[in-house]
Amino acid sequence: MQRWKAFVPLLAFVALAVLLWRGLYLDPKELPSMLIDKPMPAFALTTVEGKEVSNADLPDGMFLLNVWGSYCLPCLVEHPTFMRLAEEGEIPVVGVNYRDRKDLALRWLDDNGDPFAFSILDESGRFGIDLGVYGAPETYLVDANGVIRYRHVSVLDENVWREEFLPAIAELQAEGSE
Amino acid sequence: MTTLRLPISSVLALGLLLILLVPNGASAQVDTFAFETEEQQQRFRHLSNVLRCPMCQNTNLSGSSGGTAEDLRREIHAMIIDGWTNEEIEQFMYDRYGDFIFYQPRLRAETILLWFGPLLFLLIGGLIAFSVWRRAKSYEDKSADLDEEQQDRLRKLLDDKPL
Repeated sequence: MQRWKAFVPLLAFVALAVLLWRGLYLDPKELPSMLIDKPMPAFALTTVEGKEVSNADLPDGMFLLNVWGSYCLPCLVEHPTFMRLAEEGEIPVVGVNYRDRKDLALRWLDDNGDPFAFSILDESGRFGIDLGVYGAPETYLVDANGVIRYRHVSVLDENVWREEFLPAIAELQAEGSE
Repeated sequence: MTTLRLPISSVLALGLLLILLVPNGASAQVDTFAFETEEQQQRFRHLSNVLRCPMCQNTNLSGSSGGTAEDLRREIHAMIIDGWTNEEIEQFMYDRYGDFIFYQPRLRAETILLWFGPLLFLLIGGLIAFSVWRRAKSYEDKSADLDEEQQDRLRKLLDDKPL
């Protein structure tokens, strides 16, 4: 028997160990969205302020769709990033107020500032089902044709913005769908 | 004066038994959905058992108190009343949440390893076991290739072995 064969079990063990070790650092919450490259689902709802909105009211160019709720603590963590994006006019942000109460949502925007072009009121969570939402916060990148191109689950802070969204946006701009 | 002294181990065992015997809370969420027929109710129960709650990772819809699970149960109820078939409802869920929504994901190119991986590993293990067994057997056969005289010598050597 050749000598190298004696190392096969060791190599197999190392390969399996590396695989499982890597698995320890995967985020099980990061699930692929089924809506990538699909158009944004149709909706005809109201904003948290009570104004009627539908797909026709969405921004013309690329925009972010942020799922938030007044009950959601991580939403407070990512809030400054959206405030900055809105103030600097970097990209419009549309909110989806997911499974919340209107009065609590309005107070939350009053207390913390409102970075959203408007916030779609989804009290029943029905629009969230169409989006395939797991829970707030989630942020979608929608291109100029109204097609969902990227989704980020959980907090979108400045790091995530720089490392995930800026490259994704640059890619979309490169393919000319800005 | 006598006090009742129980060995600590029996106390522990009794405690453990009690934990096991006491029902550990309700494992299903109690909804008050009205159905027209028994069959509809059973389909609802079936679907909320085979579909996973998206936000809580390892609970089915019937066992989850999460908001999204609540919404999905309500949605399934409405769809059943509206006359959707199980396949249509499962497709609706798949279109929004993907393979994750099913405890038994659909058989597709991406899920084939998930389905047949264990069988593959069993096969590999079986092959290894078989080759080890064959080698041991061929070794046995070879050792039997001694003639009378060699056998005698061997037996003597073994017998002479000091204990």
